[in-house]
Amino acid sequence: MIAALGLLIGIIAGLVFAPDVPVSLQPYLPIAVVAALDAVFGGARAYLDGIFDDKVFVVSFVSNVVIAAGIVYLGDQLGVGGQLTTGVIVVLGIRIFSNVAAIRRHVFHA
Amino acid sequence: MPEQPADEPVSPATDADPGRDRLQRALLRPSRRQGVVAVLLAVLGFAFVVQVRDTQADDTYAGLRESDLIQVFDGLTGTSERARREVERLEARRDELQDESSARAAALDEAEQRARTLNIIAGLVPVSGPGLRITITETDGRVSVGSLLDTVQELRTAGAEAMEFNDTYRLGAQSSFENATGGIELEGNLLESPYVLEVIGDQHNLKTALTFSDGPVETFELDEGATVTVEELDSIEIESVREAVRPEIAEPFDGQ
Repeated sequence: MIAALGLLIGIIAGLVFAPDVPVSLQPYLPIAVVAALDAVFGGARAYLDGIFDDKVFVVSFVSNVVIAAGIVYLGDQLGVGGQLTTGVIVVLGIRIFSNVAAIRRHVFHA
Repeated sequence: MPEQPADEPVSPATDADPGRDRLQRALLRPSRRQGVVAVLLAVLGFAFVVQVRDTQADDTYAGLRESDLIQVFDGLTGTSERARREVERLEARRDELQDESSARAAALDEAEQRARTLNIIAGLVPVSGPGLRITITETDGRVSVGSLLDTVQELRTAGAEAMEFNDTYRLGAQSSFENATGGIELEGNLLESPYVLEVIGDQHNLKTALTFSDGPVETFELDEGATVTVEELDSIEIESVREAVRPEIAEPFDGQ
C-alpha cells in the first residue's frame, strides 16, 4: 500500500514540478527508467514467489539503473551509444517480459 | 527470506495461491519495509513522468527512423524546390512588370515631350526665350500686308519658334493678314502702327533673315517709308496664347 502510494506521489511530483531534463542527462534517463522498471518487476515477482528482500530490491534497483546508464555512457564515449542503448533496451525488455509472465502466472494461474 | 512471519502459516487454504495472498495482505496491511520500496517507486514514477513529458515536448525528429527521416527530407527538398521555382516565376514576372512600367514611363515621357513641342508650335502655351523685338513704325506711308507677310515668312524660314504681334496676338499656322482701314487686320483684330513683332528663335539667323539686301527691313524702310528697329533681347516673354482648334475635316491618315 505504501509502495503504491510512493509510486503515486512520484508521478504527481513529476506532473507538478515538471522539470526539464538536463541535456547531459537526456540520453540516460530513458535507459535508467527502463532499468528501474525491470528492477520493479523483478521485485514484484520475487514478492509473489515469497523470496522478496528489501535490501536485495534496493541494491538491484540502484545497480540496474547505474549499470544501464553506465553502459550507455560507455557506448557514447566509444561512438556506439545508439547501438548499446538498443542492446540494453532489448535485454531489459526480455527480462521484463519474463518477469511479467511469472507475475501473471501467480496472479491469474495461467 | 524473512518475508514470512513465523506466526503465519503458508496458507490456511491449501488450494489458494500463496503469492496472491501475500499481495492482498500487502495491500491491506502495509508493513514498514514497504517504505524503502515506496521511495524507490516514487523515484521511478518521477523519472518516468519527466521522461514522458520530455519526449512529448521534444517534438522533433529524434524519435523517427532512418526511412522516415529520408521521407521527411525528401518532402522538404520537394517543398523547397517548389518554393524556389515559385520565386523564380515571381521574379520573372516582377522583371516583366518593371520593364513594362519603364517602357510605359518612357512612352509617357516622349508623349509629354511631344505635347510640349506641339503646344509651343501651335501657340497654345506661353513661352519665353531669347529672340528679337522688331518695331515697325509708319512714318511717311502705309505698311502693306504683303511686306508684313513677307517678314513673317522670312522669320519662319529662319527658324522662328513663336511670334507675337503687339504683345497681344500670337501667330499660329492659321494666322492670316488682311488689309483694313487704319491698319492691318490679323484674324479679325485690327493692328495699328507701330507694329511690334516679338520673335523667339536663334537671334543671328532671325536677324540675317530680316536684313539681307532687298529683304524685309529694306522693303519697309526704302519702299514703304517706315522705321524699323530690331532689338536683340536675351529673354522675350510671349504670354498670349491661341485657342486650340479641332480639325473638323482632316483626319490622320496612317496608310503606308
